[in-house]
Amino acid sequence: MYAVFGGADFGAGFWSLLAGGGERGRRPRELIDWALGPVWEANHVWLIFVFVVLWTGFPSAFEAIFSTLFIPLSLAAFGIVLRGAGFAFQHSARTARGRALATTVFGASSVLTPFFMGAVVGAIAGGRVPVGNAAGDAVTSWANTLSLVTGALFVATGAYLASVFLVHDARRAGTPDLERYFGNRALAAAVVTGVLAAVNLVVLHRDARAVYDGLTSDGLALVLLSLVCGVAVLVLLRRGTRRGTRVLAAGAVVAVIWGWAIAQHPYILPPSLKISDAAAPSTTLKAVLIVFGVAVLVVLPALGLLFTLVQRNLVEETPAPAQGGAAR
Amino acid sequence: MLTLASNLGFARSQMAFTLGFHIILASLGVALPAMMLIANYRGLRHDDADALRLARRWSQAVAVTFAVGAVTGTVLSFEFGLLWPAFTGRFGQVFGVLFAIEGVFFFLEAIFIAIYIFGWKYLSPWTHFWSGVPVVISGLGGAFSVVAVNSWMNQPQGFSPTSGTVTSVEPWKVIFNPAVPYEVPHMILAAYLVTGFIVASIYAVGMLQGRRDRIHRLGLLIPLTVACIATPIQFAVGDTAARAIAKDQPVKFAAMECVQKTSTHVTEYIYGRCTSNGVKGGLGIPGFDSFLVGWSTSTQVTGLDSVPSDDRPPANTMLHWAFDTMVGICTVLIALGAWLGFAWWRKRDIPQTKWFLRACAVSGAAAVVALECGWIITEVGRQPWIVYNVMRTSDAVTQANGVWITFTLVLLIYTALAAALIITLRTMSRRWRSDGLDDEVPYGPDTGAPPAVVGSSR
Repeated sequence: MYAVFGGADFGAGFWSLLAGGGERGRRPRELIDWALGPVWEANHVWLIFVFVVLWTGFPSAFEAIFSTLFIPLSLAAFGIVLRGAGFAFQHSARTARGRALATTVFGASSVLTPFFMGAVVGAIAGGRVPVGNAAGDAVTSWANTLSLVTGALFVATGAYLASVFLVHDARRAGTPDLERYFGNRALAAAVVTGVLAAVNLVVLHRDARAVYDGLTSDGLALVLLSLVCGVAVLVLLRRGTRRGTRVLAAGAVVAVIWGWAIAQHPYILPPSLKISDAAAPSTTLKAVLIVFGVAVLVVLPALGLLFTLVQRNLVEETPAPAQGGAAR
Repeated sequence: MLTLASNLGFARSQMAFTLGFHIILASLGVALPAMMLIANYRGLRHDDADALRLARRWSQAVAVTFAVGAVTGTVLSFEFGLLWPAFTGRFGQVFGVLFAIEGVFFFLEAIFIAIYIFGWKYLSPWTHFWSGVPVVISGLGGAFSVVAVNSWMNQPQGFSPTSGTVTSVEPWKVIFNPAVPYEVPHMILAAYLVTGFIVASIYAVGMLQGRRDRIHRLGLLIPLTVACIATPIQFAVGDTAARAIAKDQPVKFAAMECVQKTSTHVTEYIYGRCTSNGVKGGLGIPGFDSFLVGWSTSTQVTGLDSVPSDDRPPANTMLHWAFDTMVGICTVLIALGAWLGFAWWRKRDIPQTKWFLRACAVSGAAAVVALECGWIITEVGRQPWIVYNVMRTSDAVTQANGVWITFTLVLLIYTALAAALIITLRTMSRRWRSDGLDDEVPYGPDTGAPPAVVGSSR
């Protein structure tokens, strides 16, 4: 969930950064603000859930990850702080320069945070996070080819998801020029993401053979599913159809995440810590599952309500951009 | 050794700073929606346009503070791993379920706040009002969950064994540990009284500057009434809490009351310096401390000498001053409430003298000081333990280097964040006053022209 919603959220920031300054970037940014406004906070609560489930269910893994990977995780945290502040304040800045600064901070941190989170995942998959309190190397654990490529992949994935979602939002706002704008970017992002994923596989083969083997055996079905979804999105976008692109794009991302989990199985921290060894007592796991069950029952409908209201334009923050190309 | 020692110092300082910053925003997040709904209710029920205007403005303030509070809260989540990985590594499986529960409440809050704030224009009035109610309820639920974790750290139970890796957990015992019945109400009441006095103080300042319209009056009275009701209850709850701590965490109590030797007929000192030879300076009331603990001057109060010096909290004078300041401020705020109550009973109006408004104007800052003092007492007083009598803080800290870097960055960024937040709120209030329109809001309801959207289903 975090990968899809948070990722799309970060990706939107990426496009905001890349939209360019002044008049040229104004319209895309308006759409991004309009789309993100009511939902960005809900998008990021997922991260808290990820941390909580990790430290409740697999506390020793949490300890190892957060101590060895102190540097990238601290940088990701700062990214989140700056991002939240940048987004919340970009409207209230009194001068145009202040606004531009807040928007740039928002955009830059939208790239920084997913990059470092990707580096963290790469470090784990690469077997560079040993059990214990800061037992791994503080720098080489994440400053290596696998981790950095994974980081880039995370950024590209976010940009990809965001562009697909924004095509939909441009339609909702009735702005065909922005539909084309983000449609082109979605195509470019899909290609870049695909290339980075392939590079990642190559690096995995060289650097973390066990995970590579997992991806190409047990996880192969999911990897292929991800590929199929990705290609389907490309085809649909090329044809100008919007129906189903968001689900397929999200599907591509989710399939790869599950594939990764299966590839690493039974290790949570390859090559030494098994999921079963790291797991909390069954009473805790049961309690977490119960809370998760309640959450699904209670939160999903509420989230559905929010997204429905937003999609039906009953709930919005800033006005949508005006109809195509109108000068303001 | 030196690196590790300073690591701990920086980690403690960073945690204290980020927590102290966040707790103000969290208090606003819990209680400001309630004030907003009170104004909303009044506006709808009594056809009060001013009250509705207030509700709308306050919802915009809620939006911004909630957003910043979510960010500072996320930082705290990171710090559970970045600063205290061994604590979370060993006990995450014990207290984690409470954070899962808090996560659900927080998620609901975020969703319904979005619906409430952004749905002003499109939802029918009463539907809109009710969409805000889950925010208040979730705020209470979230407060319960997080404070229950802190309560567990002070009164750990529900897990075994007490040394080494935890192999068995009883979640109900963790959730309903003995400190919950006094810590949770104490913090919730604190959130309401801090928010009430902060908001009231803002309108009091406006009134002192000559803005005497009805909006200012309402803006003063709604939060002030809530705060003045909460404060005496808080005093009683605090008194109960202190007595419970004397029983459950006697060393914490001894540190905050500067009790060196276990004895009866213990003198209560107001301020003064805590030394190993007793309290120097300060105002002493013989036997009163014993009386407060057990309703009799012959009640035995445990002293610091009951544990080795390694197991005693540091900075006893600071703890003692924090305690006396917190209680003193609460007492003065009760008097302020009584003053208002008396004037209201007599002539259904606030006291006419400017001194009343001046007192209100500083009450917000005073309440925040009391809040921070309370957290200093409970956190510093628990030292050297991170989990009372089970795990030391020094064993919990990260072995990674560089905490001094993150601490410095945190100080810088949070200062900028605070400045931006205050500037934003002031800009918002200036716009409200100048155009009389509640539009052009950062992250809030937009009252400008509806967007030119084709084919929307409305």
